[in-house]
Amino acid sequence: MTEMRRVTAICNGTVVDHIPAGKALQVMQMLRVDIGRSNPISLVMNVPSGKVGRKDVLKIEDRELTQEELDRLALIAPKASVAIIRNYSVAEKRQIELGTELVNIARCSFWNCITQNFREPLPHKLRVVSAEPLDLRCSYCGRSQSIDDLAESIL
Amino acid sequence: MSDLITMDNLSNDEILEILDAAERLLPVAMGDVYAPLLQGKVLGNLFFENSTRTRMSFESAMKRLGGEVVNLSSVGSSVAKGETLYDTMQMVDGYSDIAVIRHPRQGAAQYSANAIDIPVLNAGDGAGNHPTQTMLDLFTIRQAHSTLEGLNVVLVGDLRYGRTTHSLSHALVRFGAKLTLVSPDSLRMPAEIVSDLQSHGAEVVESEDLAGSISEADVIYMTRIQKERFPDEDEYAKVAGIYKMTADDLVGAKGGMIVMHPLPRVDEVDPSVDSTKHARYFQQAFNGVPTRMALLCRSLGVEVPKEVGE
Ligand SMILES: [Zn+2]
Repeated sequence: MTEMRRVTAICNGTVVDHIPAGKALQVMQMLRVDIGRSNPISLVMNVPSGKVGRKDVLKIEDRELTQEELDRLALIAPKASVAIIRNYSVAEKRQIELGTELVNIARCSFWNCITQNFREPLPHKLRVVSAEPLDLRCSYCGRSQSIDDLAESIL
Repeated sequence: MSDLITMDNLSNDEILEILDAAERLLPVAMGDVYAPLLQGKVLGNLFFENSTRTRMSFESAMKRLGGEVVNLSSVGSSVAKGETLYDTMQMVDGYSDIAVIRHPRQGAAQYSANAIDIPVLNAGDGAGNHPTQTMLDLFTIRQAHSTLEGLNVVLVGDLRYGRTTHSLSHALVRFGAKLTLVSPDSLRMPAEIVSDLQSHGAEVVESEDLAGSISEADVIYMTRIQKERFPDEDEYAKVAGIYKMTADDLVGAKGGMIVMHPLPRVDEVDPSVDSTKHARYFQQAFNGVPTRMALLCRSLGVEVPKEVGE
């Protein structure tokens, strides 16, 4: 059975493919499509895939995610591939870009970091020290971040 | 603007240039020569937690160079009323030309530097960085040995929590030092720091034995074991007073070996050491002044002349 048949093809919207297996719910959370949205969302989890072993796929109808929104996924699904669908066909392909700094994507998880004061107004910044393996450090306190902890402190 | 947040902000050449400038400023720091290099400049001294030695040496450095100092006292101020660091820094930006910040939270110095345009010097942020301390330590070591290259440095005491020894180790390794880390097992330097030092090519030896490390040392850097670091009294009691250096212990030391300590000390360096030729900790504390003078000049873009005071 091909993956296209697992879930109905969408007419307009965004397909996020090659999400690491089990991470699709987190991806929804990071894209903020899980709350207060009326768009239909289909989720396929644990699909066999030559590229990443097993993967999740997320289809969001009637919403084209911007590059900025997609770059938020660099934390948990850096290798995801994204297609913008218009009228049942792929209109655009997008890649997640990690960049050199993640701004206002997640809060530093170190308990004594200056950014733990919720009233401090400057943006939260994580510096990308290495992409593979992913090594992120708070741009203020310099602490290395556990990716699991960061997923808990998505902004 | 030229901030100093961590030692990583400085290249080896820059470190040596600053130490050279500090050396030229020694007679000014001692009050023998008046050189108003920073006349008309105002330093904002922001100590969100107490550190008398650091605050006073910055104040002395600025005033000896003809500059002025405004102090923030956090007790009873807008800070105590819950003002954000961002807002406090906006005020300082308006009142001064350079800011020195000491803060209990890690990252506060970088955060401040991002918040304002004037240069920011980190005078200690939580368990993070304290680069001006490292610079004065390097100054003291070079003053005694005329070089930073290839020295055998023994670090003693609380190597687990002490940011002073972490930062100094990183800096020394950049100059090819051999490090001997002496601590009780519970206060060993974190493994990731040790492996980081080794990955920079450092020879690192770990030991619990101070006496056996003395004869080969060029520098012995003693630190205090702080009671407040321990979750309970029993754990502290096990290691409290474990290293007590006396003058007699130093009989077999090299002639040029120096004993350093960031102060205040408790009982790890006996007063009998004070009168030996090895004691260097009071000089070290004084060296905060010329070193911070050089750092203030650098951040304010003021060149220290080859012949100061002429
Ligand atoms: Zn942080």
